[in-house]
Amino acid sequence: MSLSTTQAPTLSGVAAVSEGLPGHPAVAAILTLGENSLRDARYDRNELTLTVAPEDIVPACSVLKNAGYNFFEDMTAVDWFPSSPRFQLSYHLLSHSMKERIRLRALLADAVNGALPSVASITPIWPGANFYEREVFDLFGIRFEGHPDLRRIMMPDDWQGHPLRKDYPVEGYR
Amino acid sequence: MAQLSPMPVFDPISDPAAGLNTNLPSDVTAGTQKMILNMGPQHPATHGVLRLVVELDGEVIVHVHPEIGYLHTGIEKTCEAKFYQQVVPLTDRVNYLDPLSNNLCYCLAVEKLLDLEIPDRAQWIRVMMTELSRLNSHLIWLGTHAMDIGALTVFLYTFREREEILRLFEAVAGQRMMTSYFRVGGLSMDVPLGFLDRVQAFIRTMPEKIDEYSNLLTGNPIFINRLKGVGFLSPEDAIAFGVTGPPLRASGVDIDLRRDMPYSSYEKFDFKVPISTACDTWARYEVRLIEMRESVKIIQQALDGMPGGAVKADAPKIVLPDREKMKTQMEALIHHFKIVTEGFEVPAGEVYQGIECGHGQVGYYIVSDGTAKPYRVHMRYPSFPTLQALETMSKGRLIADLVAVIGSIDIVLGEIDR
Repeated sequence: MSLSTTQAPTLSGVAAVSEGLPGHPAVAAILTLGENSLRDARYDRNELTLTVAPEDIVPACSVLKNAGYNFFEDMTAVDWFPSSPRFQLSYHLLSHSMKERIRLRALLADAVNGALPSVASITPIWPGANFYEREVFDLFGIRFEGHPDLRRIMMPDDWQGHPLRKDYPVEGYR
Repeated sequence: MAQLSPMPVFDPISDPAAGLNTNLPSDVTAGTQKMILNMGPQHPATHGVLRLVVELDGEVIVHVHPEIGYLHTGIEKTCEAKFYQQVVPLTDRVNYLDPLSNNLCYCLAVEKLLDLEIPDRAQWIRVMMTELSRLNSHLIWLGTHAMDIGALTVFLYTFREREEILRLFEAVAGQRMMTSYFRVGGLSMDVPLGFLDRVQAFIRTMPEKIDEYSNLLTGNPIFINRLKGVGFLSPEDAIAFGVTGPPLRASGVDIDLRRDMPYSSYEKFDFKVPISTACDTWARYEVRLIEMRESVKIIQQALDGMPGGAVKADAPKIVLPDREKMKTQMEALIHHFKIVTEGFEVPAGEVYQGIECGHGQVGYYIVSDGTAKPYRVHMRYPSFPTLQALETMSKGRLIADLVAVIGSIDIVLGEIDR
């Protein structure tokens, strides 16, 4: 099997990434929020993933935007059912000046008593996140507090359930 | 013959039995009421099943609310139930006007997860075919955009060239629109004999065809008046809304992933990225027209420097063996059987691969849990965020301008609704 050697070695953990990528603007920006704000970091397949707490998403986006990651490219969720914490939110931010993309990640626990888990909306920072957050709300059932118009976007308004969740039945009657 | 009695006049305003208008406020006078107009989902100028709820003051647009989801098929959910190689045909159907760009983006993402090296010839053919696909996408945009404005002729001209591109697709993939020509690890097969000559013959005539479209439109006073100064989108707004591709470059933001974050050997090609600072519908028209000329140049470079060699990676557990080998070698037969029935396992991890397709930046975010099926596939398609900028571009303009603006952002509903 032909393995390419173009990919940089994997760095796992905050210490390894800080050492392997000294002075990286994204890591430095997150660390301005506090010593423990960077929960995890990983540099894998030439992609940098930074994990923060869900309550830090908005300040993290804000400092990253000021650090040059000016373009909000994509945002989605992953359902790790039945593991805990259940949801992973992945934000992809692009820097037009540095020609570099980073992934900002937050792990979100499922809410108890059938309520929907919730996280703050980043629409005040990037209005373009509006449709993406509506999509995640619709298909994963994650609420975004402070979103201007949190309605279903893909499914009909009276739909029951959130289809991209892993426990959503894919066949038979719902 | 009996004489017909006169038809009763139906007057819903004065007829209480009609049950209408009972809730009208008493102080409504002409010129003060906003009108809500449904545009779509079956409107010819919305390029598919886009529904716009437009709030109008006379003919002036006050608000535009896009209502989407009419074409939602849950394609991301479907991907989770397929083997990695079975997802490739699904990607064609997302943006059916630029199928090879979708194939490319998905394959690059899986190859990144697998850390596979793709032979040069496969990479160059990928570039050549993706640029043909971009031409295809831009030709449809130009034809339908001009048709929306009222210039019907151009549509017939662009579809003439598009037909030739579809024939080229058919020659390599056996399919005109849903090509699935790129596979994880390379191409499904090498191009047929004489194919490169056909591409050469096609692109030799293409620059003068683009001149032809330009002659029909660029000096046309009606076309100019309908486009110039319409649909203004400032660079700040474009970035805030996540607009990418030609609309972003027409707003003066100089970013093109082919040049700035190259993939599939694009760094070896020499091309210009057209930029305009006019920020209007006309600028988007000009940018795309120049992009078509640049695509022709890229295809010419690919033809001139086309390397020889294999078109599939040397990875027998991932890439299907040649037909001949499968019939003569036990090893190849076993690999073939295993790949088809069990798929191939992909190391756990997550990747995001972004490319520049005809409409803008496409991105595939794939999360693998180490099995033969993707745990999560998310598709970022450019029309989805660009639609959010529609209100900013058309607010305060006449409703007829909305048609020009929708045409200029070049939307495909398949990629919005997924």
